Amino acid sequence: MTLSRILKTIFMTDFIAGLTIAIKEIFKTKKTINYPFEKGKISPRFRGEHALRRYPNGEERCIACKLCEAVCPAQAITIESSLRKDGSRKTTRYDIDMLKCIYCGLCEESCPVDAIVQGPNFEFAKETREELYYNKDKLLENGDKWETALSENIKAYSAFR
Amino acid sequence: MTYLNIFLSEIYKIFFLLLPVLVSVSLIVWLDRKVWAYVQKRKGPNVVGPFGLFQTVADALKYIFKEIIIPASANKVIFILAPIITLTLSLIAWAVIPFSNEMVLANINVGILYLFAVSSLSVYGIIMAGWASNSKYPFLGAIRSAAQMISYEVSIGIIIVNVLLCVGSLNLNKIVLAQENVWFIFPLFPVFIIYFISALAETNRPPFDLPEAESELVAGYQTEYSGMMYAMFWLGEYANILLLCALGSILFLGGWLSPIDIFPFNTLPGVFWMIFKIIFLFILFSLVKAIVPRYRFDQLMKLGWKIFLPFSLFWVVLTASFLFFLDMLPTNG
Repeated sequence: MTLSRILKTIFMTDFIAGLTIAIKEIFKTKKTINYPFEKGKISPRFRGEHALRRYPNGEERCIACKLCEAVCPAQAITIESSLRKDGSRKTTRYDIDMLKCIYCGLCEESCPVDAIVQGPNFEFAKETREELYYNKDKLLENGDKWETALSENIKAYSAFR
Repeated sequence: MTYLNIFLSEIYKIFFLLLPVLVSVSLIVWLDRKVWAYVQKRKGPNVVGPFGLFQTVADALKYIFKEIIIPASANKVIFILAPIITLTLSLIAWAVIPFSNEMVLANINVGILYLFAVSSLSVYGIIMAGWASNSKYPFLGAIRSAAQMISYEVSIGIIIVNVLLCVGSLNLNKIVLAQENVWFIFPLFPVFIIYFISALAETNRPPFDLPEAESELVAGYQTEYSGMMYAMFWLGEYANILLLCALGSILFLGGWLSPIDIFPFNTLPGVFWMIFKIIFLFILFSLVKAIVPRYRFDQLMKLGWKIFLPFSLFWVVLTASFLFFLDMLPTNG
């Protein structure tokens, strides 16, 4: 040990330097957010809970092209479709197994009509597995519930797609 | 009848000492977590009650309602006795702590000897816990803890001798009154530093928290404990920390004396200054917890036996010869 090292140890300079840093840190702004009451900022491209959107007149956007079903790497999406009386093709079944889903966002990217989207909601934890097998009704309901935020988010990043 | 009266009045006094001590222990746990969090730029407990003050109460309630698990191979009697002894010993020591000239439960002549004896006994609670658990982590934790507490008790003892040389009495009130002119922290500053570090080791606080080193020993001697028995260890530990803070303020920071003898300060009661000094020392304790890494066991032993013990012995000789040759030895006895 060199002399300076011994002197440092005796006068505890390292310790005192650490202590001053600690005391300075006490008066700095805190990084914590009070989670249930305030939430962290999320990007408009955030990939959260899925939703099926509608046109403003109430018609479903989904045209049952099954691109999302095909692209889904986790094979979480199941679609069945039929022709409606007015000649348009619509889904009769649109299921997403949220437990299989890996939230990659490929379904959203593949959708030609912006029907299936991933919204900003990330707080949909449930107590049973059954509650997380989403069907068409649930997805449309999500779409109605989050429509304002969803359309804003799509507008915000449409320039980059 | 007179005996009954004395008995009841003592019970009453004990009750009014223990209740504030237990309440302040719960507040001090909150303060510890808060300081620790603030150093790390977190907010700390802030949900239960105003500023999260009742967090400890909520934790204690949780512990009360939890199941007490006694391992099948444990020695039941000793296993149950261990937390009781730890808590009791850390609470009975408060009997001699003076909060002002009159506010002391037992103003005995050998106050500091009593305090030292009780804090030495508290190692038994830990050894019993470690032995009775009949499991490897508690056993290793207890061995470490016992070795550590015994080593640092020696240096604390010699540090106390330093102060006693200057005072000439073992009565805690007389120790405080001897500091009316100058607090002992000024002439005995290096000794105060050693006292502070030894107190950290004595109460198993970081950087000397080897008995509870969670990465190696799970929770040390507390591993097999659950529910209220765990909470008793935890209360005892913090009561012990507070006790050493109180002892530190009595020995070095002038106890219940006000720092300067001028108008707004000397009208405040002694209790206020005593509590203020205890909290000041405790905040230092928690700041140290927030900034230091843990010592290795051989480093701990080396520090205790090869550095602190010789240094404090040397300082005893220095103080004694200084007082002797300058004819300043205390005479009041």
